[in-house]
Amino acid sequence: MTIEGADIVKAAAFIGAGIAMGFGAIGPGVGEGMAAAKACEAIGKNPKEAGLLTRTMLVGQAVAESTGIYSLVIALLLLFVV
Amino acid sequence: MELEPQIIIKIAAYVGGGLCMGVGAVGAAIGEGYTAALANEAISRNKHLSGDIFKSMLVGQAIAESASIFALVIAILLLFMDVPVHSLLKASALLGAGISMGFGAMGSGVGSGFPGGQACKGISRQPEMTGRLTTNMLIGSAVCQTPAIFALVVALILMFIDFGNVAFNPTWAALLGAGISMGLSAIGSGFGGGMAGGASCEGIARNPETVTSVTTTMLVGQAVTQTPCIFGLLVSFILMFKAFPETTALSPSMARLGAGISMGFGGIGPGIGNGMAAEGAVRWVARNVKHQNELMRTMLVGQAVSQSTAIYAMVVSLVLIFVV
Repeated sequence: MTIEGADIVKAAAFIGAGIAMGFGAIGPGVGEGMAAAKACEAIGKNPKEAGLLTRTMLVGQAVAESTGIYSLVIALLLLFVV
Repeated sequence: MELEPQIIIKIAAYVGGGLCMGVGAVGAAIGEGYTAALANEAISRNKHLSGDIFKSMLVGQAIAESASIFALVIAILLLFMDVPVHSLLKASALLGAGISMGFGAMGSGVGSGFPGGQACKGISRQPEMTGRLTTNMLIGSAVCQTPAIFALVVALILMFIDFGNVAFNPTWAALLGAGISMGLSAIGSGFGGGMAGGASCEGIARNPETVTSVTTTMLVGQAVTQTPCIFGLLVSFILMFKAFPETTALSPSMARLGAGISMGFGGIGPGIGNGMAAEGAVRWVARNVKHQNELMRTMLVGQAVSQSTAIYAMVVSLVLIFVV
């Protein structure tokens, strides 16, 4: 099996894409779950404000999601661009 | 130094067996310790019920133990099985089987401890609900065992199916990736399912008349929590059974390994997050059952958002398998 330089670079990019997306997905998943759990708690305590609370949850989750999207972008860059 | 294939297969089987039992023992022990801790707390609160609480603790611990028993079975099989095929592919399949079952037992072991512990605590608070608490504990823990069972299935397929005359070069990495994908993605779903189950036992003890609503919310929440490990199972089946073209290059193998890493690690966080959302909803349905619909809706929306990163991870895995 002869391994060329370009092949090693491609192999590293593929492994890197897997690592970027895999580890990058851990944090947003947990963080967004925390936001949802607390939103349920808050709605349970104060159901009248359900709309406001849901909106706050979604905005918070969207911000937490951003690192997941960064990971996705880096993974796609590694796969298709570099 | 040129090693014979049999020697390399043996090395892979022993490393896989050690990894399987070592990692597989972590979760169940933590879960059982949690159950025992809450059982002690419960007995100190209401010592007349020590018999019931003790029984419930043992049943809860037995379910948590089953995840590590799966790991023990796979480890023993890996140590003593007779490998008829002397292809090097078997080496990576056996290592993959060890990784799948070892990591796959972790989350289910910890998760099953939560319903067990909360059921013990609940019995001391509401002795007349003992039957219902035990039922919910059993359902809740059984659902959290499913990721471990998926991991067991993948491990058994990797060990006993003869992958035959397929292209060695990308397939060795695909089989290893299949184990990583299933094993790691099972961690989050097992743990998260347990959080929902624990909250349901706590909720029934707090407010016994909400039992039906609490159980429904728990089951819906747990079902969503299982999806990351179902994605992991899907990716690992594709990796095991897709035929890859023979190649001498390194990059196609690394793409398949990367697919396993992406889906495996990517499933951990969403599984735990979905479990947290389900725990919050179940806990507050028990306290405020009038607003069950709002709570369930918020739980599902929250879980859907938390799920998104698992979907990204699956997309990257599928791109690595099919596109590049």
